[in-house]
Amino acid sequence: MDNRLEKLVQVLQEQAEASCTEALGEVHVLVDARHIVDVLSFLRDQHEFSLLSALTAVDYWPAEKPRFHVVYQLTSLTQNLSIQLRVPVGGSQPKVPTASGVFMCANWREREVMDMFGIQFEGHPDPRRILMPVDWEGHPLRKDYPLGYEEPQFTFNLEEIDLRKPYAKE
Amino acid sequence: MTNYQLEEIPVGPYRHLVSERALRGETMLLNMGPQHPSTHGVLRLLLELDGEIIVNCIPEVGYLHTGIEKNMEAKSYIKAEVMCDRLDYMNPLGNNLAYCMAVEKLVELDVPARAQTLRVILVELQRIASHLVWLGTFGLDLAAMSMFLYCFREREDILDIFELISGQRMMTTYIRPGGLWRDVPAEFEAAVRNILKIMPPRIAEYESLLTKNPLMLDRTRNIGVLPKDTALTYGVTGPVLRASGVEWDLRKARPYSGYEQYDFEVPTSQDGDTLARYVVRIAEMRQSLSIIKQGLDKLPEGPVRSDNRKFVPPPRSELGTSMEALIHHFKLWTEGFTAPKASVYSAVESPRGELGVYLEGDGGPKPHRVFWRTPSFENLSVISTITKGHLVADLIAILASVDIVLGDIDR
Repeated sequence: MDNRLEKLVQVLQEQAEASCTEALGEVHVLVDARHIVDVLSFLRDQHEFSLLSALTAVDYWPAEKPRFHVVYQLTSLTQNLSIQLRVPVGGSQPKVPTASGVFMCANWREREVMDMFGIQFEGHPDPRRILMPVDWEGHPLRKDYPLGYEEPQFTFNLEEIDLRKPYAKE
Repeated sequence: MTNYQLEEIPVGPYRHLVSERALRGETMLLNMGPQHPSTHGVLRLLLELDGEIIVNCIPEVGYLHTGIEKNMEAKSYIKAEVMCDRLDYMNPLGNNLAYCMAVEKLVELDVPARAQTLRVILVELQRIASHLVWLGTFGLDLAAMSMFLYCFREREDILDIFELISGQRMMTTYIRPGGLWRDVPAEFEAAVRNILKIMPPRIAEYESLLTKNPLMLDRTRNIGVLPKDTALTYGVTGPVLRASGVEWDLRKARPYSGYEQYDFEVPTSQDGDTLARYVVRIAEMRQSLSIIKQGLDKLPEGPVRSDNRKFVPPPRSELGTSMEALIHHFKLWTEGFTAPKASVYSAVESPRGELGVYLEGDGGPKPHRVFWRTPSFENLSVISTITKGHLVADLIAILASVDIVLGDIDR
């Protein structure tokens, strides 16, 4: 691990109860949801991590505690360093404080995570769906959300499947 | 005859995004798109207008959402790759490279030197092709129609090369985990040399049409100025960020595929306006040509795919004689290879900016999660800030200069 990152991780461990893992050349820091906004502003203001490269989530269903990880990939252009923050979130009514006050790009990316995983971002200025239609039900990237498919029809069940096929109703 | 009436757009859902005056009915809400030729795809911009002045611009995306991330989770690592060509359809080879680099990082797979050099040549050709589409449509949006015809003429030559190597003009899936699909044919070098020969005078031709054209300067200079700090907080990358004075190019900062062996410059500008974004991209095309030339001059001989048979299928020729090759072939094309329970984030510099792939394996043959950090998404989100106070006509110029691809945004 890079010396500068090592020092940084040490500070995070002491001040934000973070835990750190290193694998495949990447540094992942596990941060509790209640510290994430402070950690992000600390990294941006004190350590020049000025670019929030990616913000996404991963679903570990059927695990429940935690079910999700919200992932923040931060880049420092001046030091050419990267660090990944991961926030574990439980399965029932998942909530994370919004980072859109720290990085403006978090606004849209959080809307995407909200849309795709159903994780709420507390204090988000514009909590609408972004990619799916406004009246869509469910959150497509959750693991318990099936990937749609068409049932293959054969002569013996042609009519039976035809009845429940979602044809246009008009 | 039905009597059609124009319906006003209800303010309700956008109450928190528009100004007080919109609520009192003093400004007008107007949809631009989703079917509008200068929105470069199916993008809807909800504009709050005071006469012709933009008070607020609210981009609405998602019309092209195809669930590529979800679909990739349902396929093996090799088969999922065909999905990624369809993301940013102006940069399919770049998407292939980003995905393959993520897979190679996850399973720790090496790539032979010849494949690395060919990858660089191909993505740089793709960068030129992508910038040509941008330049053509940028000209078109500024009413310089001939630009479009010239640019597409040269782009077609580049796409012919992709057809030569892979059989497809656009959705190539040519770069594969561990190398390339197959070696380039003998005609490849001559075809690329031809591009190297014709492009520099053609770029000069484009510049003579646009760069000092007073109509173009009037419409681009000091229009849509994007300050450095705003660009960074909105996560803007690529030529748009470099036009705002930040010298950040992943090819230089974190060289991949052997970019450290090439001698090239990262064009930047301090102005941050629409003209600066044009200037930076034109300069980038020249740099790409130089990289392609260096790559072609030093192109080493050797294999183009890794011989690690646990991840890379054996060549077709071995299947008839080697039992082991047949088993590997069968295994890789049915079940696929497994990747460890770990996650990687790997990024490349696409023509639009940082194209990142977050790939997580769960120990099985299919990815647990694939997330595409697509540059157009962040680059579009900054539109609402930089168009405030401009005319609607300027919005067209600004949107064109940001170079968005809706397939890249909606995934």
